[in-house]
Amino acid sequence: MKFGVVIFPGSNCEQDCYYAIRTVVGQPVEYIWHQDTSVKGFDAVVLPGGFAYGDYLRTGALAKFSPVMRAIADFAKKGGLVIGICNGFQILAEAGLLPGALLRNVGLKYLCKFEYLRTETTHTDFTNLMTKGQLLRIPIGHGDGNFFADSETLERIEDHDQAVFRYADAHGRVTPEANPNGSLNNIAGIVNEQRNVLGMMPHPDRAYESILGSADGKLIFESMVNALVTK
Amino acid sequence: MKATVIVTLKPTVLDPQGMTIQRSLGSLGLDDITDVRQGKIFDVRLKNGSREQVERLAKDVLTNPVIEEYRIIWE
Repeated sequence: MKFGVVIFPGSNCEQDCYYAIRTVVGQPVEYIWHQDTSVKGFDAVVLPGGFAYGDYLRTGALAKFSPVMRAIADFAKKGGLVIGICNGFQILAEAGLLPGALLRNVGLKYLCKFEYLRTETTHTDFTNLMTKGQLLRIPIGHGDGNFFADSETLERIEDHDQAVFRYADAHGRVTPEANPNGSLNNIAGIVNEQRNVLGMMPHPDRAYESILGSADGKLIFESMVNALVTK
Repeated sequence: MKATVIVTLKPTVLDPQGMTIQRSLGSLGLDDITDVRQGKIFDVRLKNGSREQVERLAKDVLTNPVIEEYRIIWE
């Protein structure tokens, strides 16, 4: 089993992802350069946080034209596991691998703090080790994390059980007050219809051991390993 | 030949920046302005005047069709 962590010019969380996978989850992992034209040999691909291509034009907008994204689109189509974290989520949405888009936070501020996420579905390769409704404490760090989709798309996301994580309060209640950025339906993470591509704004790569304040993010990487082992 | 591509958020998409600009106008006494929406403009210069290439640039690069729309002014 081999994980790949993509580096775009401007990525800045690739080492967190690499460390989490190699040291904490204990799986082989290699970096993938944005100019690479293939992701052959990898079982799972991580798009890390940061500001790919400076996030010029729109967050994630220019990254989608990089050679590696063509390879990742192909990889995803064939069922390969792809997780996009923060800027990685924005890139996946821009590339059309996930529905919707990430707008500027409603309060306009860059937000960097711990959030509670309610696990809405365990029927994904990223949440199979959790229980439905399980609360995860994972931090966010973004200025453009306001999930938006037109009403038809949003209905489709909900009908197909694609909303994986929602911002909640400490008691697991999904309320407007618990929504940090204005995301529709408090959505913090979604999967595609095939359920093999996850995008999430919170950073599991910043919460994988207790010294960081929470080890809940580890469950996401471990679920991926679990899915790959049983495949 | 020149073209100007104007990209704005779709009317159905919330524009937190526009709202913030609009809210700040009260202190200037600009009380007739009831709504402000922000966007981007791109000035494009062409060697041979290929409208098709500007259309493609606007559609495939400058705009995210999920949230934005564009219009082009030709000069």
